[in-house]
Amino acid sequence: MTQPQHQQPLDTLQEIRSLMERSSRFISLSGLSGVSAGIFALIGAAVAGIYLGRFDTQELNYENFFEIERWGIKAGVFLLIDALLVFIFAVLSAIYFTTRKAKLKGLPIWDAVSRRMLWSLAIPLIAGGVFILALLYQGIVGLVAPCTLLFYGLALVNASKYTLDDVRQLGYIEIVLGLITCFNVGYGLESWALGFGVLHIAYGLYMYYKYERS
Amino acid sequence: MKVLIDGLSDTFDNRVRLGIMSMLMVNDWVEFTSFKTMLDLTDGRLASHLKVLEGEAYIEVQKQFIGRKPNTSYRATAQGRKAFNDHLDALEKLINLRMESGENHSNNEETSK
Repeated sequence: MTQPQHQQPLDTLQEIRSLMERSSRFISLSGLSGVSAGIFALIGAAVAGIYLGRFDTQELNYENFFEIERWGIKAGVFLLIDALLVFIFAVLSAIYFTTRKAKLKGLPIWDAVSRRMLWSLAIPLIAGGVFILALLYQGIVGLVAPCTLLFYGLALVNASKYTLDDVRQLGYIEIVLGLITCFNVGYGLESWALGFGVLHIAYGLYMYYKYERS
Repeated sequence: MKVLIDGLSDTFDNRVRLGIMSMLMVNDWVEFTSFKTMLDLTDGRLASHLKVLEGEAYIEVQKQFIGRKPNTSYRATAQGRKAFNDHLDALEKLINLRMESGENHSNNEETSK
């Protein structure tokens, strides 16, 4: 007899909780966007690996990066274009999968919360991007790969306030990986493939199975 | 049982107004259209419930133009936050009391066996 009355305040509280969660965080972020970004990163890293493999050992170093060339293109320019293409494809696929998830759940894509999340993501990324241009300008090429990981990790930690909590953990790992690589610049490509490729795929799958596959 | 009713506010008896306040507790300014999509309401119904909350001084309104489009945003006042928290506390008490009475009930059953 008391069952409906017993249930009602509980339901109300659960509804309040759900609304607070949905309205303050961008929860449409899809795990699949992480997986696809990771795949593009691995492809990009593989292309860079093949390209760099064309050079004899010791022939290419961080000093002559923008002078020595293969396939009719300077090594530095080739790698920058490679990285830029990876970035563009990763962002496009992230937008695609996230829009799809939001539509499936009937949630808004472009609202105050998603704007806040993107803004907090953009600040460390833009600052990092300019800093990396400065590194190139100063000829400190070895720190470019670790710094992309470092600033990307900072951006994730910063944006995680407005989206799924798991993003923060991924951010922490990227920061640590970036810092370690700062002291081992010879492993730039490997850590890049690990940070942007393997970690994205692992976290993407984890988040997909945790939140979406139901 | 009179104690239970204390703190439970009539204003939040309504699911829409409860939803509006829930969103305002965790966000600063929330736009009219955000309420609309999140709570799945028509303009008219949403506006009338916002009016009620505004009348109680639980929320404040900000009207501005973004480009040429009018944009209305809402924010919870300190008074509104307090009223909502009191309402939640009362709900919680109600739940706890029911759970206790539920436990007592099953205890009685066991002893009677």
